[in-house]
Amino acid sequence: MSALQAGPLSDAMVITWRNLKRIPRIPELAIFAILQSIMFVLLFAFVFGGAIPLPDGGDYKEFLMPGIFAQTIAFASATTAIGMAEDMSKGLIDRFRSLPMARSAVLAGRTVADTIYQAGILVVLMLAGLVVGWRVNNGFAQFVLAVILLLAFAHVMAWIGIWIGLSVPNTETAQQLTFVTIFPLTFVSNVFVPPSSLPAILQPIAEWNPVSTLTAATRELFGNPNPYVGDGFPSQYPILVTIGWMVVLLAVFAPMAIRKYRDASK
Amino acid sequence: MTNAIEAQGLVKIYPARRGSSEVRALDGVDLAVPEGTILGLLGPNGAGKTTTVRILTTLLRPDGGSARVAGFDVVKQAQNVRRAIGLSGQYAAVDENLTGWENLYMFGRLYEIPKAEAKKRADELLEQFNLSDAGGRPVKTYSGGMRRRLDLAGALTGRPNLLFLDEPTTGLDPRSRLGMWDVIRDLVREGTTLLLTTQYLEEADELADTIAVVDTGKIIAQGTADELKAQVGGERIEVVVSDRKAVDQALELLKGVFGHDDVDMDAHTRRLTGSSSGGAQQLVEVVRVLGEDGISIDDVALRRPTLDDVFLTLTGHHTEDVDTEGSVG
Repeated sequence: MSALQAGPLSDAMVITWRNLKRIPRIPELAIFAILQSIMFVLLFAFVFGGAIPLPDGGDYKEFLMPGIFAQTIAFASATTAIGMAEDMSKGLIDRFRSLPMARSAVLAGRTVADTIYQAGILVVLMLAGLVVGWRVNNGFAQFVLAVILLLAFAHVMAWIGIWIGLSVPNTETAQQLTFVTIFPLTFVSNVFVPPSSLPAILQPIAEWNPVSTLTAATRELFGNPNPYVGDGFPSQYPILVTIGWMVVLLAVFAPMAIRKYRDASK
Repeated sequence: MTNAIEAQGLVKIYPARRGSSEVRALDGVDLAVPEGTILGLLGPNGAGKTTTVRILTTLLRPDGGSARVAGFDVVKQAQNVRRAIGLSGQYAAVDENLTGWENLYMFGRLYEIPKAEAKKRADELLEQFNLSDAGGRPVKTYSGGMRRRLDLAGALTGRPNLLFLDEPTTGLDPRSRLGMWDVIRDLVREGTTLLLTTQYLEEADELADTIAVVDTGKIIAQGTADELKAQVGGERIEVVVSDRKAVDQALELLKGVFGHDDVDMDAHTRRLTGSSSGGAQQLVEVVRVLGEDGISIDDVALRRPTLDDVFLTLTGHHTEDVDTEGSVG
């Protein structure tokens, strides 16, 4: 059958094209996503940063930027959730489901497009980082590995976003829900402060938190200050633990997202 | 003649939720639509029209019964059904942030049309639906009527032989509605089989070969517009007499015009209603006999049956009484 020749890949590419086309048409979304991150950079680099000493010394701005990247990537799920909830409420999902296209294409196209979108945002943030004094102190290969890790994480977050977007009744709820879950996740972490400064109860959470491990992994790869909590496994092997998190999160959320999509109009 | 759509005993149950018991949105719907004909599915909100369309277009699985569309089973051969049909929904399901052209190109590609051809098809459809000038603008700048036309164009990108239109004119202003009717008539002239749902008897009358009346998940009557109207009693003439004392006298006179059993009287509102078979000529007659006896009237009108009349006759209740819960999804 023709499903084999044209197939899921072509359909997914069409949906990716559609989602990328939308980005410049709604410039507010990208602008506010970047502004929010830059606001955090400015607040912490120049307002609070002076009061946050790093245990082993080192430059706070270099410490901060990988955390900002990870935080921004974690918020990627909101973009996806809102987009998905919007497609659902506008009836576009019904339209797609009535077409002879691969069922996987809507989700694959959305997650790929959103990952590309996050790559664009990451480029802007890295440039902003260089302006405020962030530097990459390790080699090119490690830099590339860090970027791959960030984008792979963005992709996983997009799948979580799909599940959220299809589970909520409207775009407002999608936005609120992702914000109330992601904000604590990025604060009970090593993003803004050395984890050793957190209350003792929160330290294990901050240590295992995927946003922390992603931050620690990229700090290590970029050669930025990376104060550890202790000798815990995530502190010792942040790259490994981050990859583990991604595998687990994808294994849990992708099937849930696919099931939600399949039953979308019951 | 073969049937493009065949459904037997379709049942759809929405499970109970907090505060509401389970809803039998469809309770045994049978349908047969011969190729090249137009079926109008007529009913109020929540009657089960949209649910029926969603099952026939593979968006929803039935809980009972079966249906074949274009010769394929809607559950087991859903992808074949999707290749054969076009669907245009109640709200315009197009991407607001893409241009009209980009929407049609996207739908074309998803209908498995090669790139070059999909581009040509998008141009063609914009032309056909009078949207060429707006084709390069994002859809969010379109009027309601334009969106609806684009939505319909989207349903046609795959050149389907079988088209489903779910309330194509709901929410449109009268002028856009007439424009939409013209577009639909042109499509059908080319031999497309069409299933259309509507809340308006007038619309079903105007467009459909056969009308199926749906109420609380069942088809309660089926036939041509004329057959249905005959069941409802066709046209009626209504007279409102100025003076309450003259109502009885007027009743006697109207019995002479309509026949003894064919006049209803509501003394309180001074309204007399006769089942008319003589149209405008009979209206003149009514005015004449009342005028000769010096009975003055406040209002006189020839009334064509509405969906509400059809309902009242077939079910004994008005359309507004119908529980709207079934419209979920």
